[in-house]
Amino acid sequence: MKVAVLRAPGTNCDAETKLALEASGLRAEVRHVSLLDSRPTFDALVIPGGFSYGDHIRAGSVLARKAEKTLLAYAEAGKPILGICNGFQVLVEVGLLPGWKRGVPQAALGTNDSARYECRWIYLRHEKNKCIFTTGVGEGRILHLPVAHSEGKFILRGRDDFERLVRGGQLVFRYCDEKGRPAGGKYPLNPNGSQFDVAGISDSTGTILGLMPHPERAYWGWQLPEWTKERKEWGDGKLIFDSLANFLKGRV
Amino acid sequence: MQRISRELGLNLNLQEMKACKQHFSKLGRNPTDVEMQSIAQTWSEHCFHKTFKGEVEVGGKRFRLFKDFIEKATKELNPPWCFSVFEDNAGLIDFEGDYLLAAKVETHNHPSAVEPFGGAATGVGGVIRDILGVWGKPIACIDVLGFGPLDYSGPLPPGIKHPRYIFRGVVAGIGHYGNNMGIPTVAGAIWFDESYVGNPVVYCGCVGLVPKDKYVRQAKPGDLLVLAGGRTGLDGIHGVTFASAELTEESEELRSAVQIPDPIEEEKLRRAILEIRDQGLASAITDLGGGGLSCAVGETARRFGCGARVRLNRVPLKYPKMLPWQIWISESQERMLLCIPQQNSRRVMEVFSREGVEAVVIGELERGGLLRVQWKGEEIAKLDLNFLFSPPAVKRRGAPRRRRLEEPSFPEPDDLDRILLKLLSSPNVCSREVVVRTYDHEVQGNTVLKPLHGKWAGPSDAAVLKPLEHSKRGVVISCGFNPRYGKIDPYWMAALCIEEALRNNVAVGGRRVALLDNFTWGNPEKPDQLWNLFRCCEGCYRFAKDFGAPFISGKDSLYNESPLGPVTPTLLITGVGVMDDVSQAVSLELKREGDPVYLLGMTYQELGGSEYYALRGELGRSVPKVRIKEAKKILELVQEAIRRGYVLACHDLSEGGLGVAAAEMVMSGDLGMELELQSVPTDLIRREDFILFSESASRFLLEVRKEEEKEFRELVEGEGARVGEVISEPALRIYGLEEEAYELEAEELRRAWRRGL
Repeated sequence: MKVAVLRAPGTNCDAETKLALEASGLRAEVRHVSLLDSRPTFDALVIPGGFSYGDHIRAGSVLARKAEKTLLAYAEAGKPILGICNGFQVLVEVGLLPGWKRGVPQAALGTNDSARYECRWIYLRHEKNKCIFTTGVGEGRILHLPVAHSEGKFILRGRDDFERLVRGGQLVFRYCDEKGRPAGGKYPLNPNGSQFDVAGISDSTGTILGLMPHPERAYWGWQLPEWTKERKEWGDGKLIFDSLANFLKGRV
Repeated sequence: MQRISRELGLNLNLQEMKACKQHFSKLGRNPTDVEMQSIAQTWSEHCFHKTFKGEVEVGGKRFRLFKDFIEKATKELNPPWCFSVFEDNAGLIDFEGDYLLAAKVETHNHPSAVEPFGGAATGVGGVIRDILGVWGKPIACIDVLGFGPLDYSGPLPPGIKHPRYIFRGVVAGIGHYGNNMGIPTVAGAIWFDESYVGNPVVYCGCVGLVPKDKYVRQAKPGDLLVLAGGRTGLDGIHGVTFASAELTEESEELRSAVQIPDPIEEEKLRRAILEIRDQGLASAITDLGGGGLSCAVGETARRFGCGARVRLNRVPLKYPKMLPWQIWISESQERMLLCIPQQNSRRVMEVFSREGVEAVVIGELERGGLLRVQWKGEEIAKLDLNFLFSPPAVKRRGAPRRRRLEEPSFPEPDDLDRILLKLLSSPNVCSREVVVRTYDHEVQGNTVLKPLHGKWAGPSDAAVLKPLEHSKRGVVISCGFNPRYGKIDPYWMAALCIEEALRNNVAVGGRRVALLDNFTWGNPEKPDQLWNLFRCCEGCYRFAKDFGAPFISGKDSLYNESPLGPVTPTLLITGVGVMDDVSQAVSLELKREGDPVYLLGMTYQELGGSEYYALRGELGRSVPKVRIKEAKKILELVQEAIRRGYVLACHDLSEGGLGVAAAEMVMSGDLGMELELQSVPTDLIRREDFILFSESASRFLLEVRKEEEKEFRELVEGEGARVGEVISEPALRIYGLEEEAYELEAEELRRAWRRGL
């Protein structure tokens, strides 16, 4: 079982993402985009955070073009793809998320409403969905994860698209408060002004997930901002990597 | 000769120009432009640190600031865990097993004054390359900044930009570079002072991790000189000579002296360099910083006792029409110089090309002691390295300027709660959250104690990182910084900065702290400025030595003067400590209702330079003193109490004293604190405001595990007193010396604290 962690110039969360995958019992390898076979030779693909190609033009757009063939091939083959932060931006740019028309963007991740970079811990509510990356999360569970980005405002073409997400079980994470009440667009609960508080979505098959928060930065207890008080052993990010591991192991 | 120096932008003084004249008359020829520029770069204050290395006469005695103070402390302490100090681009100390920590802090004041975004960003880029330059993997950035008041409405002479503009640009520049490179910015400080209007202060630091056996320094004649990274351009010409002079109206025309940042280029460069390191393909490495190629090649050749030959026309350029001397001294960013044994060159080039980094062999090291530069086969410089690295010694005189400082006198106010809220909102105390959140402090996933920690994101004393997957050992990074004390006495500023860096480090669980010293000063040719610097260095020596904390690296930026006057003497001490197990790290937010709160250390009536006086528009005279015996004892006790697990929360007392420290502990979490001023051990102070806001050094506020209170009391004996208790209501309740009490809700404290910026 081997997972590729894709990197390009400016990717910078590959090492910790690899570590998280390995801690969940998966083998992982960091691969430069220029050395990644366009045939889906790995069992899953993770696009980690960073500023690929300096986020020139729009965040994630250059990598989306460079890796387009590979990404579409993995999607066609039904291999799981996880996009974290910059990876989410790439998946949106390449049209795999929401994925109603692969190859053509149907949504966007725009500049934060605050117009600046935001590094902060937020709460997410796990919505009813069919995503394979969250099978171990449980519906309605509240996750505590950090975001760190300046272009994370999720924008759809309209309410119809949002309802389509909900209907299709594609809405995975929404920003909320500590108790799980919707953020309602309020800053800083919703750190970027995302429409409908959307923080993460999957495609209609549930095998492709993109989210702005960083699960790999909330894997071990000591990474959490309140660990000095609460002393939890694990962070909520672990659930996502464990879910992937379970999915891959169950399948093969 | 001085006119020539000025017109060529050399910034050499008459004595130095004469030394050049003498040297070249002996050779029987004129120097070339490339040679003169080389000399000017190497001899600049920025590169050679003439003032620190030169002779200072004070009160009839002669000193060398670096040798007799800074370096002396380290030499006399000579701890076995110091691996390499003052030698390389960064200081190196033992970390864990086969790993070293590398640390460096740079100043980038002048460029940030002219072009805030680019100046600050390239400051970060430069210090990251310093870490790469000792084969280190950068794991954390630190930034300490000084600006004029954001609401400044005084005069702005031509060329001086409003503090708000500089502030925004600098903060954006730092975030841009660190975030893009994926290096967490974990610690720092921001200070506002009138004297920073004309002279903003930008300190950029970086800490890295180096596997001991990969630290290679063994270049020899025949090794190839490989220039890798970004292309060389017209940006950053005369950066060092401009940084070694006062800022004037014309400085604006020197925008070209500021480099253009491209963090993605450096990100690629970092990958390639760490790969080359791991494969053991190089024999030496250095970064291109001040002075560009001229300094990098010269210093490399000098270091390995060889000469060097450079074919300048091979350097890849951004702009094809650059003149040879411009190429030679350009400070364009994101470039590194590697020495590569010939047999490895093919593999090295492969690594660079895989990462998409441009790399070119520009010359080689050779026997002898000459630095030879060629342009399309023609020799355009031939410099004796002995001459190049022996500038005429600088001799300067320092003398104090008489000033009368007065201790203010005013009646005790009866609204301490209002005053505490005002202090929390004051520019030098209030929350830095709006800045800190724009820096990624979580990337790499190793940040254990964050700059903003706890449920309500309180201000941590120090940052803790866990950089190795297989080890629980932590790196602890702290700062000591308060220029206001320097206005009263730079000697005590040094003492207090060192003590504060240690105190902050110890407060979270750090030990074995190494120090970095950074000076931002005015023109050292003025006797009073030099005298101040001398006093500060004296303090650095004495307290580093007495605390057993060696300096491992440092940097000075002098000539910080503008038409508005000189900068306030500003010392930054950075502390890099370790802790054996990061799960023992202690944060500041209160943890459990019913736990006792202890205050360690004595409170004296020392409010000179305090926030409390500043609130009243006063400076005062009674600067806090560091009582070394007492101070050492307290640090040891806190370390031991944390090691034994007695301490659940800990916060040091600094700006704003006991009142602000207690408030910060309360507002970082969901619990409250009762505080009895009667129980505070003082030097017979009878005024509540002084007890609450004195800034005496060596004090900690601790939440002690109630089950272990007895053991804790036995440990600290008479050094600490129980001053209160953790309560369930989220509020700070202060009982005064008489019957009265003040109560402030946590939410009120938080609102005040967050309102400031």
